[in-house]
Amino acid sequence: MRWTGRLWTGLLWLALAGPALAQERFIVMASTTSTEQSGLFAHLLPAFKAASGIDVRVVALGTGQALDAARRGDADLVFVHDTAAERKFVAEGFATERRAVMYNDFVVVGPKADPAAVKGHDIAAALAKLAGQGAPFVSRGDKSGTHAAELRFWQLAGIDAAAAAPKGYRACGCGMGPALNIASSAGAYALTDRGTWLNFKNRGDLVILVEGDSRLFNPYGVMVVNPARHPHVKAVPAQTFADWIVSPAGQSVIAGYKIGGQPLFFPNATR
Amino acid sequence: MSAMSATTALIALGQASVHFGPHAALQRIDFELRAGERVALVGANGSGKTTLLRALHGQVPLVGTRTVTNDAQGRALAQAMVFQRPFLLRLSVWRNLMLALWLGGVPRSQRATRARESLTRVGLLDQAGRPARVLSGGQQQRLALARAWAVRPQVLFLDEPTASLDPSAKREVETLIAEFGREGMALVMSTHNLGQAKRLATRVVYLEGGRLIVDLPTAEFFTQALPEAAALFVKGEMSWKE
Amino acid sequence: MNGGFGDSLHAAFGLLAAADPRLVDVLLLSLAVSGAACAIAAAFGMAAGAWLAIARFPGQRALTALLNTMLALPPVVVGLAVYLLLSRSGPLGSLGLLFTPQAMVVAQTVLVLPIVAALTRQLVADAWRGNGEQLRSMGAGVLASAALLLLHERLALVTVLLTAFGRAIGEVGAVMIVGGNIEGVTRVMTTTIALETSKGDLPLALGLGLVLLGVVFALNAAIALLQRRHGRHAEERPR
Repeated sequence: MRWTGRLWTGLLWLALAGPALAQERFIVMASTTSTEQSGLFAHLLPAFKAASGIDVRVVALGTGQALDAARRGDADLVFVHDTAAERKFVAEGFATERRAVMYNDFVVVGPKADPAAVKGHDIAAALAKLAGQGAPFVSRGDKSGTHAAELRFWQLAGIDAAAAAPKGYRACGCGMGPALNIASSAGAYALTDRGTWLNFKNRGDLVILVEGDSRLFNPYGVMVVNPARHPHVKAVPAQTFADWIVSPAGQSVIAGYKIGGQPLFFPNATR
Repeated sequence: MSAMSATTALIALGQASVHFGPHAALQRIDFELRAGERVALVGANGSGKTTLLRALHGQVPLVGTRTVTNDAQGRALAQAMVFQRPFLLRLSVWRNLMLALWLGGVPRSQRATRARESLTRVGLLDQAGRPARVLSGGQQQRLALARAWAVRPQVLFLDEPTASLDPSAKREVETLIAEFGREGMALVMSTHNLGQAKRLATRVVYLEGGRLIVDLPTAEFFTQALPEAAALFVKGEMSWKE
Repeated sequence: MNGGFGDSLHAAFGLLAAADPRLVDVLLLSLAVSGAACAIAAAFGMAAGAWLAIARFPGQRALTALLNTMLALPPVVVGLAVYLLLSRSGPLGSLGLLFTPQAMVVAQTVLVLPIVAALTRQLVADAWRGNGEQLRSMGAGVLASAALLLLHERLALVTVLLTAFGRAIGEVGAVMIVGGNIEGVTRVMTTTIALETSKGDLPLALGLGLVLLGVVFALNAAIALLQRRHGRHAEERPR
């Protein structure tokens, strides 16, 4: 009998929660699945809440979807890692500016035995070798920031992976975790951000083979959605977050996020 | 052949035909039901007995005329029907009866009293709290009769009401039907059981292929010379047509 | 593979034993969202299904076929459609419902309403076929007949509701899209399972799945017990 009571209260709460929740101070931030899965937000957002009293609700999507959600006005701010797409977003007028926040890096993972002999610090050379040998490679293929970066790296090796995929190239149209799942079970190579990799538990035979190339750095930017385009946007609290995350306080929280003693993200906000 | 009477008809069918697709279930039936009459409809399966009941009760569309006379106070004729297997809701005996009273338009203040009266009338008052579907076949049919009686019908239609019952239940139900008839209710009942027709009816109608072949007072029906097929039927040698 | 399932069972029991408050919140939200959706779907779907079974009007068969087709609505499609409706750029954007539990209730209601209506329609139509004539003879019109047959078939309707509830609480496509899987706000069991899967933590994902099944099983067991206690009307004379 008490359970029915609990359920009814739950339903009532749901019914009333709409207006009630609206009074809590919160903003909706569209970000990416790889950022959320890195665990950064669990570390970062409580610090922001303590400093400002504002709740940040993160909707984690692919970069393309996150920007589209912001274009529709369904988010108050965007936090992604595809500088070209972000600049376009600003040019379209959906945000007034993009602030640099931090960067992390990409790595290439593959089977420990490394049949294509790509191990090293040169991304272009590594991808050229993979293509030359037709080695299996799993791509996200989902319009995400990681996918966009991956295509740029192939271009560095002189290969247009979107138009003429190398032999062994497989696009899954999925997030970073699922792509790594596929690579792990198929013994294939893949490009991943370090954060997702450090949290990934289903590694199988995969290890990091290529890292440290400065071209592999992956910069993040924050943009508040322009209230001129979407008047309902909570521009003031969103701006509070944007200001905080590039401030010394926010930047040091980012630097303090570590997995196994290793930092994942490197703050680089400019004054 | 048809019966004649001077009183007004409660329900009258004029050249009534009923078709289900290409099949003619009733063909140009002329029939009048007068107050106080107890009519037995007999005939083989498929002869149209049930369809005639439904046509009289106004439950099937027909070609021809159907005239219903209002009662002395000008209200619509009160009718009820009892089926071979009554449909009882998964509720108690009492609730089934109350629902029938509600559907029958009986005012709320009178319902409980009438329900009690009806259950007493058929001897089911002590079963009032039990689930209706747990009752025996005979008890369920008595409940159906109580449901009908509760709305004080002037005409009661019965479609082979005892066909599914064991002999003692048959007797109980027949007794009730006979009592209703003696109280003045007009009855139209289809039956396979000629003995039952003899016991309960004032008038017997024989149907074949959707046509009304014989319509005589009971005594005459069982003594007069009948058309060949009807005579064969009465002798029990009629083959069953499905 | 054996190790995987063993790990999952271990994870499941670990989760239950720890009774992590976040897990409890996620579970309660799953139950509340799907429960609310089923309650709304029951109210409208049963009435609609019963009416559709009994009323006679041109195009009835077409409507029935259409309703049965909606049993195959993919949850993702429902999620997308509701998202576009509730998006700020959409017609109902000013309600500000997107990325809230209310949006999830809306999406799941859209998903299970056809289930409730179609299954109710079938139940009531079967009951009507045999007994409609007797109800009409007693003076019942369409509405009264619908109500009485729903009452008559109430035990079977419980199964219909459990079917709808199972579909709702087990789906991920709709609630993911309209809820956004926001931690502490719109994260439910299925979206958590999806998240853990994509993070590669398969034993935990399976473990959560087992916990979800366990909770639904407990719910079903409770309902069965209640049915037994009120089972006075369960015994019927075979016909």
